[in-house]
Amino acid sequence: MAKPYLSLEFVDKSFERNGIRSEVLTQVSLGVQKGEYISIIGHSGCGKSTLLNIVAGLTQATSGVVFLDGEVVDSPGPERGVVFQNHSLLPWLTVYENVSLAVDKVFSRTKSAAQRHEWTMRNLDLVQMGHAKDKRPSEISGGMKQRVGIARALAMEPKVLLLDEPFGALDALTRAHLQDQVMQIHTELGNTVLMITHDVDEAVLLSDRIVMMTNGPSAKIGEVLDVPIARPRRRIELASDRTYLRCREAVLKFLYERHRFVEAAE
Amino acid sequence: MSVTKLKLNDDAAPARKAEIIALAREPRKARRYDLATLAGRVAGTVLPPLVTIALILLLWEVLCSSPTSSLPSPTRVLEESWELIVNPFYVGQGVDQGMFWHIFASLQRVAIGFTLAVIAGVALGALVGQSDWAMRGLDPVFQVLRTVPPLAWLPLSLAAFRDGSPSAIFVIFITAIWPIIINTAVGIRNIPTDYVNVARVLRLNPLEYFTKIMVPSAAPYIFTGLRIGIGLSWLAIVAAEMLIGGVGIGFFIWDAWNSSLISDIIVALVYVGLVGFLLDRCIAFLGRIVTRGTANA
Repeated sequence: MAKPYLSLEFVDKSFERNGIRSEVLTQVSLGVQKGEYISIIGHSGCGKSTLLNIVAGLTQATSGVVFLDGEVVDSPGPERGVVFQNHSLLPWLTVYENVSLAVDKVFSRTKSAAQRHEWTMRNLDLVQMGHAKDKRPSEISGGMKQRVGIARALAMEPKVLLLDEPFGALDALTRAHLQDQVMQIHTELGNTVLMITHDVDEAVLLSDRIVMMTNGPSAKIGEVLDVPIARPRRRIELASDRTYLRCREAVLKFLYERHRFVEAAE
Repeated sequence: MSVTKLKLNDDAAPARKAEIIALAREPRKARRYDLATLAGRVAGTVLPPLVTIALILLLWEVLCSSPTSSLPSPTRVLEESWELIVNPFYVGQGVDQGMFWHIFASLQRVAIGFTLAVIAGVALGALVGQSDWAMRGLDPVFQVLRTVPPLAWLPLSLAAFRDGSPSAIFVIFITAIWPIIINTAVGIRNIPTDYVNVARVLRLNPLEYFTKIMVPSAAPYIFTGLRIGIGLSWLAIVAAEMLIGGVGIGFFIWDAWNSSLISDIIVALVYVGLVGFLLDRCIAFLGRIVTRGTANA
């Protein structure tokens, strides 16, 4: 098998506070092929956000390496577009300016001003937010903010898209709508995606593979599940699909039978 | 079937009723209500201060009405300082100028000193807010220096500049800079990690980070500092000008005292108060425009 596009090799992460060392992640190794959609699922506090931050370069691993397209990841950069949990739009900029900030920075040398404008608009249209381009984040709904956040990340033309519980703060209907949109974008553009989630249905619906994390401290990858469901996937048809249900059951069993969430696992 | 029926019934009956009410009554009622509230609101904001001022003037008039009173009553102020009040743009010799020119000279000093304080204060505040080492090194110094009363700096600055006007400007600068530094630093320490992460992912350079993330994010804090700073500047300029002389509202007051023109002092105090109030409102207004996006997001 060829060397994976994105690969995490023996990543360890520990924090030290007041001389007490606490292990968060131990020996996490994972290979992601180009165009794959990977979900990382686990109970809260299992370090899945830390793992994503390490891939983003926002946090440094204590030991171990992350390679992306043959290069070592050691600092954040636009080739790893992050969609943050709480959208992180800059409130003093309009929707358009939030995306164009990224576009102007990333393509300052390679695209002309007109091309950058067109590219900004194309990405806003991709998430159907072109109509609200002159609104400020405080004037649009939570789902719309998250869509702009996705447009901003996509506009950087990242090698890998990192989604940190992107739909966690949304209501169920908006979430379903956005999931469909992300699925469609993934089909159209063929992005490589790494998504953090705690929603079993979301993981099975969207992913090619589901990475299940054991509980922290010193969490590691417990199991990796293939989701052999053909795309395009439609949530209504899947509701009674045999494979879908079996995948769902496997994840549920992992999370609630073998690795139940233990409160105050000190 | 039955569900559809129920729905239809539900929809039809109340909807029609509600519509009729809305069309027939609301517009008329709303308009009358609007006029009444508008008048009420104007009266509510304008009347109380007018009544208060009238009462204060009345009390003052009564207290100072006796011929032996050491302070003039409002009517005497009008009488004695009428020339001063009606000719604010009078141009004479030396310090014999209309009120407008005195205020203008003071405002110029405040403008220069305060602008310098804003530039230096925001820069130093950004440094202290960004770097732990700068914080540890500079904060104790700032905390001690900021308690030095503005006028205590005046002799030192006179010795350094050997001239009145730059000394007064320096006093304004050193008075206004502390709240600006401290508030800017707090604002920058409070920049949400999310915004910092966005900047890191985009690889913004330090200058872009400063202009595109740091200043807009800390703007509400910075403007709080600016408002405190401009208020302190205006307090300090009057005191400083009393000592340095020349054209300026501070020296005007001192000069009037030396010439026993108590009425003129009272007119000057009214001017000082009003201008200080306007300065504060200007900065507040500017702050509202600049931070319109950040306040509630």
